[in-house]
Amino acid sequence: MIQTDILIIGAGPTGLFAVFEAGLLKLRCHLIDALVQPGGQCTEIYPKKPIYDIPGFPEILAGDLVDNLMEQCKQFEPGFTLGERAETIEKQADGSFVVTTNKGTVHRAKVIAIAGGLGSFEPRKPLIDRIGFFESKGVSYAIKDPEFYRNKNVVIAGGGDSALDWSIFLATIASKVTLIHRRNEFRGALDSVEKVQRLKKDGLINLITPAEVVELEGSDRLEAVLVKQEANEPLRLIADAFIPLFGLTPKLGPIADWGLEIEKNAIKVNNTLDYQTNIPGVFAIGDVNTYPGKMKLILCGFHEATLMCQSAYKIIHPNKKSIFKYTTVSGVDGFDGTRKEAPKSVVKSID
Amino acid sequence: MLDVTIHITDRDGATHEVQAPTDMAMNLMEVVKGFELAPEGTIGICGGMAMCASCQCYVESDHQLPEQTEDELAMLADALFVKSNSRLGCQIVISKELEGLAVTLAPEE
Repeated sequence: MIQTDILIIGAGPTGLFAVFEAGLLKLRCHLIDALVQPGGQCTEIYPKKPIYDIPGFPEILAGDLVDNLMEQCKQFEPGFTLGERAETIEKQADGSFVVTTNKGTVHRAKVIAIAGGLGSFEPRKPLIDRIGFFESKGVSYAIKDPEFYRNKNVVIAGGGDSALDWSIFLATIASKVTLIHRRNEFRGALDSVEKVQRLKKDGLINLITPAEVVELEGSDRLEAVLVKQEANEPLRLIADAFIPLFGLTPKLGPIADWGLEIEKNAIKVNNTLDYQTNIPGVFAIGDVNTYPGKMKLILCGFHEATLMCQSAYKIIHPNKKSIFKYTTVSGVDGFDGTRKEAPKSVVKSID
Repeated sequence: MLDVTIHITDRDGATHEVQAPTDMAMNLMEVVKGFELAPEGTIGICGGMAMCASCQCYVESDHQLPEQTEDELAMLADALFVKSNSRLGCQIVISKELEGLAVTLAPEE
């Protein structure tokens, strides 16, 4: 079991900055995120896009902002449970909470800060008849173990980096890889597009565009897919596996069932004092919350994280008073033993 | 200030006639949001970067619309419920050429 002071759900900019603010109060944090890397939307959706409204940064790429936030909070040694989705929450007799992920990782903390943004990113599932039936019977939305596809007939659909990269990777493992995309153009790293081009020439990837998988066949498990082509007759392809890779779409997910007040697909917080939810000890900060006047901006998330930490301190140390300090005056003492401080001014007399 | 009239059919099938300003660099997604024709959190999720398809709509009238960018085309290739007249509302800036535009919001993914 992972124990911490503040358990933060969501490792986007708001969650990462909460680690820093909590650290100043000597509170430890652990973060859970469904994505495999920290940064939330900033790294998953638009790492190379500039942001112009981060105070003090006239222009910063979303990916660089996340790198900076990681650097800023690293001395407070945050823990991470990545690639797992927070699934359940249980209140304990001592007032603390136990949060368990979809993979069974158990976390315990006195304070929960939900910094979940738009929710957890889930694969976009195409609208094909009986696709649900074939899930884990040949259809999957992500590749966990490439070896699983050895000597199999694999059909991949999609036109982004993951469709390209997996087609390339599986070309040498599977007995046959077919890549199907609705357009002739692919959106991916130039290098990947060129590799697929080469593999197609060498007969290692069967490329069908513009086309779409419209039907799945099989009695107990997937046996074939039906491909609709714009120019040609529909095509029936023998398939042991069909992997649609159509990107991710955010869903509030299991958090919606935690007994929190939900309004406008966001978690309602009682006030702008500390962003506590209807469950005392559970806070919602950043894009995931709503209150009168709410603005979904990263800079607002930073502010909310800061105020949340003040109330978290009072819950975790009910008998202590937190003293507000400026980092310029008192420096930053990391849990890793490092210290940052303003250089002392030199006093020297001039003869 | 110059407004244009736009006919927007929401996800429940009701058609709304709205006056959209042409002088605020607003896009169609923002108009739908502004008039609350789709619940908050179900439209414009990515903020207008053509990175989600929550503002997808079907263009029902014969207007000359801004050309589709590579980002929009790629997003629509991944999205659900796509038809030949699908567009992303966030990529359609309101201009006086859009007087009388009629669109239907695509279902929520």
